[in-house]
Amino acid sequence: MPVVTLTINDKLVSAQSDKTVLEAARDAGFEIPTLCHLEGLTPRGGCRLCLVEVEGVPRLLASCVTQVQEGMVVRTETERLHNYRKMMVELLLAERNHVCAVCVMNGHCELQSLAAKLGVDHVRYDYLCPDLPVDASHERNTRDPNRCILCARCIRVCDEVEGAHCLDMMGRGIHCNIITGMNQEWGKARSCTACGKCVQVCPTGALFKKGSSVAEMEKQREFLIWILDGRDKKVWHWSR
Amino acid sequence: MAQTIHIEPVTRIEGHAKITIELDDAGKVSDAKFHVVEFRGFEKFCEGRTYPEMPGITMRICGICPISHMIASAKACDAITGVRIPKAAEKLRRLINHAQYVQSHALSFFHLSAPDLLLGMESDPAARNVIGLIQANPDLARKAVRLRQFGQEIIRMLGTKSVHPPWAVPGGVRDGLKEENIEWIRKRLPEEMDTTELAIKLLLDSYGGFSREIEVYGNFPSLFVGLVTPEGGLEFYDGLLRVMDADGKLLEKGLANEKWRDIIAEAVEPWSYLKFPYFKPFGYRIGNGDIPGLYRVGPLARVNICDFAGTPKADRELRNFRRLGKEGKPVWSSFHTHYARLIEILFSLEKIGELIEDPAIMNGHLRSQAGVNNDMGVGIMEAPRGTLFHEYQVDETGVLKKVNLLVATGNNNLAMNKTILQIARSYMDGASITEGLCNRVEHGIRLYDPCLSCSTHAVGQMPMVLQLVDSKGNLVDQKVRG
Repeated sequence: MPVVTLTINDKLVSAQSDKTVLEAARDAGFEIPTLCHLEGLTPRGGCRLCLVEVEGVPRLLASCVTQVQEGMVVRTETERLHNYRKMMVELLLAERNHVCAVCVMNGHCELQSLAAKLGVDHVRYDYLCPDLPVDASHERNTRDPNRCILCARCIRVCDEVEGAHCLDMMGRGIHCNIITGMNQEWGKARSCTACGKCVQVCPTGALFKKGSSVAEMEKQREFLIWILDGRDKKVWHWSR
Repeated sequence: MAQTIHIEPVTRIEGHAKITIELDDAGKVSDAKFHVVEFRGFEKFCEGRTYPEMPGITMRICGICPISHMIASAKACDAITGVRIPKAAEKLRRLINHAQYVQSHALSFFHLSAPDLLLGMESDPAARNVIGLIQANPDLARKAVRLRQFGQEIIRMLGTKSVHPPWAVPGGVRDGLKEENIEWIRKRLPEEMDTTELAIKLLLDSYGGFSREIEVYGNFPSLFVGLVTPEGGLEFYDGLLRVMDADGKLLEKGLANEKWRDIIAEAVEPWSYLKFPYFKPFGYRIGNGDIPGLYRVGPLARVNICDFAGTPKADRELRNFRRLGKEGKPVWSSFHTHYARLIEILFSLEKIGELIEDPAIMNGHLRSQAGVNNDMGVGIMEAPRGTLFHEYQVDETGVLKKVNLLVATGNNNLAMNKTILQIARSYMDGASITEGLCNRVEHGIRLYDPCLSCSTHAVGQMPMVLQLVDSKGNLVDQKVRG
């Protein structure tokens, strides 16, 4: 694989030419916030938090779906990017009903910790407060669309790793929502294998183990790399 | 010309209130209304959530007694699952509840009421608060703070934080005690026992100066409602419902919790968000005047209805307390709630001592597992301010369809109105609001230690407005406090 050299935040960085800017930046020790991205799943570019500035390109690019190129000059931390990231988290919070204090993921949530890191101490937009029903029909897991940020990690892990494709996305714009079994109740969806991978990759409390109480849910995402390394490389890193 | 007096805001209680005193054409007090003017809507927005989340959601109703809501809610959830929780979990729930009694009652007595009791009802309002108490008696104030800290610390040991610990869950609790926790509690107990006994002594020594207050601060016949053990002992966590009339006759000896709707109904008045629960068999209102179904809950009621406390020191004080009732009847005056509250701290401290010496509390099995087995669950327990009812209806997946919360302060609503009327009639002098009247009305309310944020779901500190209004609805005088 040929290697290219690019500049990230004034530092010269080498990366294999098939890598994304996000991967190259993280390898070089730069932190770029993400929500929809998860190592092991196909990049989606949905949450837009990983936006970066690239010299010569007028618009901002999602680094998780932008391939590195020779001579590229990238900035990952500018005031403009910070403002946009903060705004995007605020929009996510305003869109659904995120009430951290009584959430099963309080203290372990990716959205919550990102909001804290970006300094989101209030939301400048009107809360939409949609009326979304909780689906507790599954014997093991519960889906609460009020806490969903539509990152589609659950859909990708169900399709790409478990191979069940029980989960999917329906509707457009503000009406967009995650569905199970072609929009049936989750408990009735025969394609669900009850493996629980979707629950473990969900960044918020939208998918949780049934019966979890407030702040009790913690997710383990390492399993994804174990499975993928085992399947693709025949290597089982049980010690990781 | 008939007039009405309003007192708003009421300070040193949790929540927000407005009081209206109505005068008749002759200028005499005709009625008093305790308006609760905030609305929070917990019963409504909990609909659609899953039941295991409820202990965590409902405890956010209040920052003073979150433990009560957490436990009542967990008990209602236990009933939905139909499981019996592990013995150790039950003991731990009792322990955290007693710890809460210590901290909540210590707050009520020392921080909120002691300034009136020890500095005087008519003393300068600027210094008649906990800061004034610290200046006047720093040693007592330090002890009071440590007593409250003792309760808070036990809550923190179990739930990782002292306010809103997400700890009790359907089927049990999340974490147990450690050896070093027990050691810490054991070491601190004697000091806290001494503080409580000192407080009882100070209170009883001051009684001589409060003979008029004892006569008019909520001194009226009423029913008393609360939980007792199956044997009739003082009970805070789980017991049978008992109803006693003003003469001490038992109208309900020990009713099973799920039958609570047979004896309690809720009325609504247009001028308050707080509902008016009453004893159903006696009815709400027959014409004008007294409400036959008026009952009281809380420390006074609990201490009145039980046959005994069940611990040596509390039983000793209980015998002394009984002498305050006239002709062997229950104690009527709400002023004695202060004493009842201190007896309960003593009882809780003794119970904490018993619980930590019980080896069963260290058992590691703390949580029973089960799904939805009943479509309805009732959880009744004694919160520091009185009996607390949580009742949930769920669908077959465990999503809540209906939530009913009947909280301690709500139970005392009718009694609080009557107490204010009684005080206003006794202390109202002319057609203006004096500082003394204002404070006496507040003290009368504070006897019930109302947590208005829970009962009405109000937000923020407790401001109060006292207004005097004539029979045509014209504002004659107004005093704003807070």
